[in-house]
Amino acid sequence: MLEARALACVRGERRLFEGLNLTVSSGECLHVRGENGVGKTSLLRLLTGLSKPETGEILWGGLSINKDVSTFHRELLFLGHRDALKEDLTALENLQLYAALDDVHLPDEKALSALWRFGLRGREHLPVSCLSAGQKRRVLMARMLTRQAKLWILDEPFNALDVHAVQALQDLIAEHVEFGGLVVLTSHQEVTLPNVRVLDL
Amino acid sequence: MKALLAIIHRDLLLVMRRKSEVLTALFFFVVVTSLFPLGIGADAALLRKIAPGVLWVAALLSTLLGLHRMFAADYQDGSLEQLVLSPQPLALLVTGKIIAHWIVCGLPLVLLAPIIGIQFDLDAGSLYVLMGTLLLGTPVLSLLGSIGAALTLGVRGGSVLLSLLILPLFIPVLIFGAGAVYAHSVGLDTSGHFSLLGALLILALAFVPWVSTAAVKIAIE
Repeated sequence: MLEARALACVRGERRLFEGLNLTVSSGECLHVRGENGVGKTSLLRLLTGLSKPETGEILWGGLSINKDVSTFHRELLFLGHRDALKEDLTALENLQLYAALDDVHLPDEKALSALWRFGLRGREHLPVSCLSAGQKRRVLMARMLTRQAKLWILDEPFNALDVHAVQALQDLIAEHVEFGGLVVLTSHQEVTLPNVRVLDL
Repeated sequence: MKALLAIIHRDLLLVMRRKSEVLTALFFFVVVTSLFPLGIGADAALLRKIAPGVLWVAALLSTLLGLHRMFAADYQDGSLEQLVLSPQPLALLVTGKIIAHWIVCGLPLVLLAPIIGIQFDLDAGSLYVLMGTLLLGTPVLSLLGSIGAALTLGVRGGSVLLSLLILPLFIPVLIFGAGAVYAHSVGLDTSGHFSLLGALLILALAFVPWVSTAAVKIAIE
């Protein structure tokens, strides 16, 4: 269970939000909405521990996320608005190298089938720089599938995706939630997901 | 340990895909060191005397050329965030990146040095000493440089600032590295120089990964 208590976030002179409480339990999805610049990305970065809140604390399974960082990171997958893919490496190499760094066992067949599921058959050995923005997001979807994380924190995951890919991503998230995963995401589109709660900032 | 090898493998693979950046630094080293014999002329005694200093200064500068790349590319495309969020200790991954940088930017200098040294009419003994000091000294350059590379992440005009921050820290390595070759050429004992370079390497290995890790974390936040 992910829990935030009395979070406050300050960027420069501006106080983005304060006294924010939220809980996301197993099998739930939290959709964070709000205008541009209201602090959605900042909130997501706080929840991952990448930045520290001004006040308040964030708990994962009842423990502060700063206590047992390694365990928390093992169960966390964060996808920011930059794709974090290496342009000079192929889609397959990107997946494999992330698996090695994330300490996930990923045989070749599994990586390939994940890429194929998201319509990248025939493009798995192309450098990522040759892929379109939407195809890069599809590589990230393959990473979500193979990462085996319990908590997904996704910043604008539906950007640059075509209608089919949006559907595929919604299915992927629904599947994850069904198997007891937790999802926190931001999106400006309406999303149709099971067990979704909306947080308006 | 697996993660350390994984990050080294990843960085080396990236370098192999984009060789030009690395080759630039190596060519810089070769060209700068070759300009001196051409400019000074065939005064063998003078060349022998300036060789250690010239080679070492060129090594410092060519290391500096590749330094800003150490974290900047990963910072820009968001991979550095992913490294911070990986279950592996970040210090381990930072160490891996430093090792990869040394393999690409430091090790070739060690291997090239004897060939360059011939231009300066260095004898075989001096060439061995030169290679030895570079072997001990270049890892220190990569290690110290990583602090500057991490501190200047996201700073505009970072690479100039990086040189200003880091070059003064390279001075001890320069003094003992070039000093050892000079001492050998005038028939003095070089073990003191080697011990000091070794001590610098051990100190840097023990402390720098933590400092660079802290600097990376600050840059990410």
